[in-house]
Amino acid sequence: MSSIGDQIRAQLPYNRRGAASLALLIFAMVLTLSAFAEVGLARDGRLPLGLPLYGGGLAVLAFAAYFVQAKFAPYADPVLLPLAVALNGIGLAMIYRLDLDTSRGKQAALSSGKAFEDAADAPGQLMWTFVGIALFVAAVLIMRDTNRSDAPLSFTPKTAQRYTYLIGLGAIILLLLPVVPGVGREINGAKVWIAIGGFSVQPGEFAKLLLVVFFAGYLVNKRQAMSLIGKKIGPISLPRARDLGPIMVIWIFCLGVLFIQKDLGTALLYFGLFVSMLYIATQRVSWVMIGIGLLAVGIFVATLLPFMGHVNQRISIWQHPEPYFDGGCMMASGKVEPVNPNTAIFKKNQIILEQKAKQYESQGNAARAKNTRAIAPGWYACTNELKGKYADSAQLMHGLFALGQGGVLGTGLGQGKPWIIPLSFSDFIFDSLGEELGLTGLMVLLLIYALIVQRGMKTAVAARDPFLKLFAGGVSFVLALQVFVIVGGVTKLIPLTGLTTPFLSQGGSSLMANWILIAILVRMSHDARKPAPQAIQDEGMTQIVSTR
Amino acid sequence: MSEFTLTLIKLAFLAVLWLFVIAAVGVIRADLFGSKAAARAADRAAAPPRPAKASRQPKPPRPQHGGNAPTKLVVVQGERAGTVIDLTGMPVTIGRAGDATLVVTDDYASSRHARIYAQDGQWIVEDLGSTNGTYLGRTKVTRPMPIPPGVPVRIGKTVIELRK
Repeated sequence: MSSIGDQIRAQLPYNRRGAASLALLIFAMVLTLSAFAEVGLARDGRLPLGLPLYGGGLAVLAFAAYFVQAKFAPYADPVLLPLAVALNGIGLAMIYRLDLDTSRGKQAALSSGKAFEDAADAPGQLMWTFVGIALFVAAVLIMRDTNRSDAPLSFTPKTAQRYTYLIGLGAIILLLLPVVPGVGREINGAKVWIAIGGFSVQPGEFAKLLLVVFFAGYLVNKRQAMSLIGKKIGPISLPRARDLGPIMVIWIFCLGVLFIQKDLGTALLYFGLFVSMLYIATQRVSWVMIGIGLLAVGIFVATLLPFMGHVNQRISIWQHPEPYFDGGCMMASGKVEPVNPNTAIFKKNQIILEQKAKQYESQGNAARAKNTRAIAPGWYACTNELKGKYADSAQLMHGLFALGQGGVLGTGLGQGKPWIIPLSFSDFIFDSLGEELGLTGLMVLLLIYALIVQRGMKTAVAARDPFLKLFAGGVSFVLALQVFVIVGGVTKLIPLTGLTTPFLSQGGSSLMANWILIAILVRMSHDARKPAPQAIQDEGMTQIVSTR
Repeated sequence: MSEFTLTLIKLAFLAVLWLFVIAAVGVIRADLFGSKAAARAADRAAAPPRPAKASRQPKPPRPQHGGNAPTKLVVVQGERAGTVIDLTGMPVTIGRAGDATLVVTDDYASSRHARIYAQDGQWIVEDLGSTNGTYLGRTKVTRPMPIPPGVPVRIGKTVIELRK
């Protein structure tokens, strides 16, 4: 197998790999269709009715994306698109599977007149997949490889460097939008949404990409000073105090995100992104150490501040989720008292609340009675009687039960009960998949993420321009970090924070942003892998260069 | 549907999942080391035919048009005149920096001045953004250029040539 051809390729792997890409894409479609088929066969004993719609829809989209990639970025990395399609397909199949069961619960709830919010929505997800892949196609088209620098609508990743600070401003505006009254929307206690038309959009997903561009553009200019100047103490060289400015600004900014949006995961994501890009730009370990130190200080400070109590509670739930199951109360002493419906204190307060409601009713104050009945007895017992902080770890616990139920091989798609987990289709989709695919299936999902990240990093290594190197490296790292934070959260490796699982969880913003991310990587890998222009004339002063 | 059939379906799906990842890794592997089909094509193009068993040691690139490929790099002028470097297929870097393959102590050379590497059986010279430039014959090297046999490459006061 060792030939000269091999060795030359080992240095310069510039090949069009369209056929391999197409074969893998077909494999990804087979994977998705068999997932749908398994759901139907196991659940209802026949192929699902949604198979032609969902499978066919995804197939058409994926092949459209393939042909655009083959036409406009022929040297692009062959595995990125099929891997993303496979993840999207598995996610879609799981959401379809959850939709079949939550829809039943939804109908029951609607018929009894109760509100039902948490529902998987497979048609919606298919629509967002459509939008996401359309954005991928549009992005590859806009960033197409062209000879003319003045071609209309030409915006390569490199062009973004010209607008570094504008893009940075855009990222901050996007991040602040959800907090602005009137525009922002609060869903499930998190202020990370804005309302556009009839849709809720999470601007943070897009801000993530803009921040990568901003950090890359900034660090390309400043990395010389940051990587060379400094005092050497022992094996590590410390940077100058004035070069610490940017990392401190980002640190304070992330703490602000933590305070205002109460979103530990997002803060961790942005800070980790900046530190990693700083490391890529400077190759200096001391920056990583400073970053980890600042992170530790930040979390320590957050646990001390009284108005940051939710951080403390998150950590407490992470350490011992059991007492919080279906409601727990953390008292000032730090002790956790269960207030779930089986405890005496819950029953006692339930009776108190009911008595109060009856009292209001007898006074003719029906509205107040209704409000009183809506109060959760556990929360009431905790805040009034125990003077503590109420929290519920049911999500995490149900997720862990699902993983335990799944075991090594899983129950099989369509044969488990993953819909019991709250938010089983979005934040906890990884646990839902864990129940039905088992550890064996989860390993595959993590490997697919790892391969995407590896291809992104490989693109960064192969890129010739320092800005594009940082851009590709940052984009891959942010994907890896996001998967780590959410998967670590739902498996109780780290405290749980709500982030989307890229390509798997239900949600339009996440899908759109991640498809754009893949488009950027595809375009950059095309640039990095395409052969250098060849001289077609060896002699003479004037050289004619073919760019094809 | 029986329990047994469902278990079979479940295991089959997990197998498909793993096969997909293995296929993806296979594509990446082919990207790194070349696919078997491409390797066969490269072997056919290479003349004369190679023995079936070959070591993985780097070898000089096989000539594409007869046996005129250079095998050594000779410094013909400058402080290191007379130095000979065997061309092994690995890129040769030239500059004042200590990690360069050919270190030149020359005030007119940059620390990482130029690079010579093999591509498709040809040796290519590339200027690495040096201050005073690299010259191939009398042409300034502004982008990677193939080195024709016997044409001198000038870097500062040093002149090198590729020889058979």
